[in-house]
Amino acid sequence: MSTLLIEQILNGLQYGAMLFLLASGLTLIFGIMGVINLTHGSFYMVGAFCAAYAATATGSFAAAVLAALVGAGLYGLVMELVVIRRLYARDHLDQVLATFGMILFTNELVSVVFGRTPPFMDIPSFLTGTVALLPGLSYPVVRLAFILVGAVVAVGLWLLITRTRIGMLIRAGADDRAMVDALGVDIRRLFSLVFALGAVLCGLAGVMTAPLLAVEIGMGERILITTFVVIVVGGVGSVRGAAVGALIVGMIDSLGRAYIPITLYELLPPEIASTLAAGLVSASIYVAMAAILLVRPRGLLPARG
Amino acid sequence: MSDSLTHSAAAAAAPRPGPGRRLVVHGLGLAIFAAMPAIAAAAGDPFVVSLFTRFLIYAIAAVALDLVMGYGALISFGHAAFFGLGGYVVGIIAHHAAETGTIFGLATSNSALVVWPVAIGLSALLALIIGALSLRTQGVQFIMITLAFGQMVYFMLVSLEVYGGDDGLLIMERNTLPGLDLSDPTVFYYLCLAVLACWLLLCRRLVGSRFGMVLRGLKQNERRAVNLGFAPLPHRLAAFVISGAGTGLAGVLWANYALYVSPDMAAWSKSGEFMSIVILGGVGTLFGPVIGAAVFLGLEQLLAIWTEHWMLVMGPVLVAVVLFARRGLYGFLVGERSHD
Repeated sequence: MSTLLIEQILNGLQYGAMLFLLASGLTLIFGIMGVINLTHGSFYMVGAFCAAYAATATGSFAAAVLAALVGAGLYGLVMELVVIRRLYARDHLDQVLATFGMILFTNELVSVVFGRTPPFMDIPSFLTGTVALLPGLSYPVVRLAFILVGAVVAVGLWLLITRTRIGMLIRAGADDRAMVDALGVDIRRLFSLVFALGAVLCGLAGVMTAPLLAVEIGMGERILITTFVVIVVGGVGSVRGAAVGALIVGMIDSLGRAYIPITLYELLPPEIASTLAAGLVSASIYVAMAAILLVRPRGLLPARG
Repeated sequence: MSDSLTHSAAAAAAPRPGPGRRLVVHGLGLAIFAAMPAIAAAAGDPFVVSLFTRFLIYAIAAVALDLVMGYGALISFGHAAFFGLGGYVVGIIAHHAAETGTIFGLATSNSALVVWPVAIGLSALLALIIGALSLRTQGVQFIMITLAFGQMVYFMLVSLEVYGGDDGLLIMERNTLPGLDLSDPTVFYYLCLAVLACWLLLCRRLVGSRFGMVLRGLKQNERRAVNLGFAPLPHRLAAFVISGAGTGLAGVLWANYALYVSPDMAAWSKSGEFMSIVILGGVGTLFGPVIGAAVFLGLEQLLAIWTEHWMLVMGPVLVAVVLFARRGLYGFLVGERSHD
């Protein structure tokens, strides 16, 4: 029982780390420029496809990582310059429609460029195998590595935002865009930078997913919705909130997957339990989100203003 | 701002004399929809009637969404949940009718007069629950929480293994209405047209009523409306429930049209489609979403015939509409001051 618990907590950490990579970029973009960007999930998909393609073509994991970061980052930058840039002054409705259009476009583009059959990416050889954490508990190395990467990026992002001049401008921009602009900082260029950084983080999340889950068209939208949940739970516009939200959602998802079916089978007849469990497992994070918003409508750690 | 309020009030109180462009657009639109089965028969292409039936059904859902989005500034990204629920009620009742003849111990009925009110009522109930919870939030949180509730409904439908799960549910026959043969595509088309017309009239009355004024007043300046003594929540919640019921009605018609329901009816991308249709046609107009539905689905159909990769074109078209046609197609057609 306790090894299952520890294993699920580690899985939750790993999923949470990946969600944080996506949520931090998305919430920064929203916090600073007020743009609702539905294409954020598309960068993640682009990253995963680039990684899988490069891994198949070269057999090198380093090449896969590089391809994902560069591919997602470049696509994000181009998208910002061509489309998103024109949406700052528009209301949320316009942003939702335009970025919804870009999702359709990106999904089709990726399937034209990479083909309809999803590419497959192996776990790199130096990350295969398991490591014995405790007697009776061995855990895949690759997942541990991804937890580590997530933690390193989270710390790095925190340092960037709290300790550097760029971070100071980002925080100031999120609080009061007009004031930063008036101080002579080119807020548009700052935003392009943040947007590209967000896309690169998506690319990283894409690499971390490619060997574990299926790489396929539409993977971006599924994760995007979960990322929204993370941001809403944590508090829109705050990176600390994104971190807390990612951990909460990661834990609920992974613990729910393990314990909801077990609990229901003990309480209910099997045929009812199986139907209910499948639905509850998928819906658990949304139920949690609704519950949290009932108590704190602006999320757990909302940005000021 | 207050200027446009009095303007709308005057417009609602009495039909304004003046630009006949709106009249031409409305009249032409109605004429095209009314004559479509005859035109299709003359051209020998019955598929057109089927396509136009789809336009009508989507238009009902889009008008419903615009009721909250355009007049209440409540951007609901989960409206497909009501579409899906409306459809599934029809599908589930039909399923039980075919299997055992009873549902939860009650005798089943295939009559539209029984099934449809139940489906619409349940959609309204779901809207009441989702609305009451979501309306605690505002702005971007509201968009996201409605999206999340939509996803909850979607996953619930996926997990309903008894009703086909992922694969959905086939429906044997359309519901029956006394005196009408709904299995005839033309009859069904005209029924959908009549439903859309009634729905538009109802929404028009609603928007022009005191209730609609308060809703729009809240949208323009919440603090002012509150200081005038209007409570935001009951008005917004009522609008949300009516909108949910209307979208459920569209789902009911869709289940009858397609004779098939699947969780995709409630997927988030369906909500996105509805939203796109409204924005394409013109937010805050009642006839705009009708045009939007015809253009969106028509374009989709044309592009799909032209190329397998139609989304490669459709996506940028949506972006271009946002960037260059700010008032939507209805505003483009009718011109200046395009509220209706």
